[in-house]
Amino acid sequence: MSGIPHDHYEPKSGFTKAVNSRLPIIGLLYDTLMIPTPKNLNWMWIWGIILTFCLALQIVTGVVLVMHYTPHVSLAFASIEHIMRDVNGGHFIRYLHMNGASLFFTAVYLHIFRGLFYGSYKAPREITWIVGMLIYLLMMGTAFMGYVLPWGQMSFHGTAVITGLFGAIPFIGPDIQTWLLGASAVGQPALNRFFSLHYLLPFLIAGLVVVHIWAFHHTGNNNPSGVDVRRTSKAEAEKDTLPFWPYFVIKDLFALAVVLAVFFAVVGFMPNYLGHPDNYIEANPLATPSHIVPEWYFLPFYAILRAFDASVWVVQLASFVTFGIVDAKFFGVLAMFGAIAVMALAPWLDTSSVRSGRYRPAFKWWFRLLCVDFMVLMWAGSMPAEGIYPYISLLGATYWFAYFLVVLPLLGIFEKPETPVATIEEDFKAHYGKSADATPAE
Amino acid sequence: MIRKLTLTAIATLGLMAGGAQASGTTAHVEDFQFSFEGPFGSYDQNQLQRGLKIFTEVCSACHGMKYLPFRSLGDETGPGLPEDQVRAYAANFEVTDAVTGEDRPATPADKFPANTGVGAPDLSLMAKGRAGFHGPIGLGINQIVKGMGGPEYIASLLSGYHETPECAPEGFPGYYNAVFAAGGFPEECKDEHGNHTVPGSWIGMTPPLSGEDVEFDDGHSNELHHEVQDVAAFLMWAAEPKMMQRKTAGLTGVIFLTVLAVLLYLTNKRIWAPVKYGRKDD
Repeated sequence: MSGIPHDHYEPKSGFTKAVNSRLPIIGLLYDTLMIPTPKNLNWMWIWGIILTFCLALQIVTGVVLVMHYTPHVSLAFASIEHIMRDVNGGHFIRYLHMNGASLFFTAVYLHIFRGLFYGSYKAPREITWIVGMLIYLLMMGTAFMGYVLPWGQMSFHGTAVITGLFGAIPFIGPDIQTWLLGASAVGQPALNRFFSLHYLLPFLIAGLVVVHIWAFHHTGNNNPSGVDVRRTSKAEAEKDTLPFWPYFVIKDLFALAVVLAVFFAVVGFMPNYLGHPDNYIEANPLATPSHIVPEWYFLPFYAILRAFDASVWVVQLASFVTFGIVDAKFFGVLAMFGAIAVMALAPWLDTSSVRSGRYRPAFKWWFRLLCVDFMVLMWAGSMPAEGIYPYISLLGATYWFAYFLVVLPLLGIFEKPETPVATIEEDFKAHYGKSADATPAE
Repeated sequence: MIRKLTLTAIATLGLMAGGAQASGTTAHVEDFQFSFEGPFGSYDQNQLQRGLKIFTEVCSACHGMKYLPFRSLGDETGPGLPEDQVRAYAANFEVTDAVTGEDRPATPADKFPANTGVGAPDLSLMAKGRAGFHGPIGLGINQIVKGMGGPEYIASLLSGYHETPECAPEGFPGYYNAVFAAGGFPEECKDEHGNHTVPGSWIGMTPPLSGEDVEFDDGHSNELHHEVQDVAAFLMWAAEPKMMQRKTAGLTGVIFLTVLAVLLYLTNKRIWAPVKYGRKDD
């Protein structure tokens, strides 16, 4: 399966020969587990395993929660309390699921930013990147719909705000919003379909995860140096790589145990820290919370959504050019989805011939600024849309777009990158140098 | 019961618009020290029993607690009432039987009744539906140190009734409370920029506690400052009766995973040693 030369599975016993000749599943598992992996992967390459674990955790805890949950506007909130008070271990399972979403997004953002820094999105991994972006979009949809199910105040009014975004689309918007909600307002039809989709989408994500892994198993992992594994012969490839088992499995499991220790501390000691108190108040269509905020992982894009009000000149220009069809609200929606779209287009916007940010002196600074920008946007998104905050959001949103649409294309032309190491083996030895030189490992 | 009726009679009908949705983001929430704070904190059974008494004799006149079953009062990690006391306590409340549709005295299997008489919010989840300590600058770091602030908010609010400020016009509806942020606010108490000149707002709830509202059998202090903490602690338990089980499970998880992490770290080091340093071990 992999493009990197390596040993393939040879069945030895009569039984494995018989099975593998009929269904090569043992060979598939063997090749997947023994995939040659660049030996210089650093600790930012652990998030994939963590994400896979998160998906499994969410599905397992979710399936159990569904056994006790009632998707009905007058029973949903009470059924959550039933889980929290009456179901054996229900409180912990629910808190695992609730905070599992936060762990999932923490990991996915670190995974995405790792890809952005080390140029993992660049050729030949564009499809891996695009599939990853699709997974991310599905994750956001799933998380959003999951947040609706407890039918608290923030569930209800958050749904009204988010589906209202679709209502901002010119001409057909209101019809789309009604179609999404199954009614003219948030109510029983919306709760039922969100419940259905919240159960369905994780399995689509699981399918895409297989494609995601398949894609990078074919191209090979990227690595911190961004240099390709030598493929001319098996002997050379083996100098650059180690089999996934046991080297990276054990390393990733160690990282997973550390991350989960922190995760269990959060679940055990402050499970509501990342939530919003208003969601412990049952949904009441007649009382709107004074300050509707989405979950923390949506905040950067929520800030971008709110950054473009009618006083911003680009919004006025867009409105003028389109004869008022693109108003401030629709512009904000376009900006929010556009912010994710430009990220997805990174493989084609980045013109640099060097893959890893490690060898790009100017890029490093722009990238660091992007990380800061992301955090600032997250903070600005949690603040009320008044005073200085919309202005901060606007600055943040501007840099977000500028990074992908201006900085990435231009840096490739003007930046003088350093010369990357010649091989992965060289990079690895540079890190574990002295003793490896004295007594070569292989 | 007489006290209940009196309170119901004098209670203000309904809360002002938005009052029920208060999160108290602007007013000052005092950082009370509760026994259940921190990873190892646990509920103080005596305090929960005192809080239950205050809830029963004062709060329950207007507020319901519809998600809390009476049997929970016997929880070892909760108030821990003996079974006969739980049974006797439940029998003080009337509930409508789901099968016969007739009113009957409650049993431990029933939940506390809802109380919609005067539009007071249900208290089952009040301690989780409110928060404090949002700062600094909206980052929420204070909550890591001090906790979410739900019970602190409740205790602060209950002791937040002060003399009505002089700026307020005669007969402005509600009661001035320096902690409640989401109530009515008279125009007269705003400056020329529209900023509030006094903290808090006007709440619909009659001052429920003034000190010495209940007598405790063990002679524990019934000063206002103690009462508000007792009832806040009780409401935290009512909102999160499984807090002790949660902390135990979390701690077990942390310890188990830490040990596992150490073992995996050593395994990882050993596996990689020959590759990294060309030796079998290090």
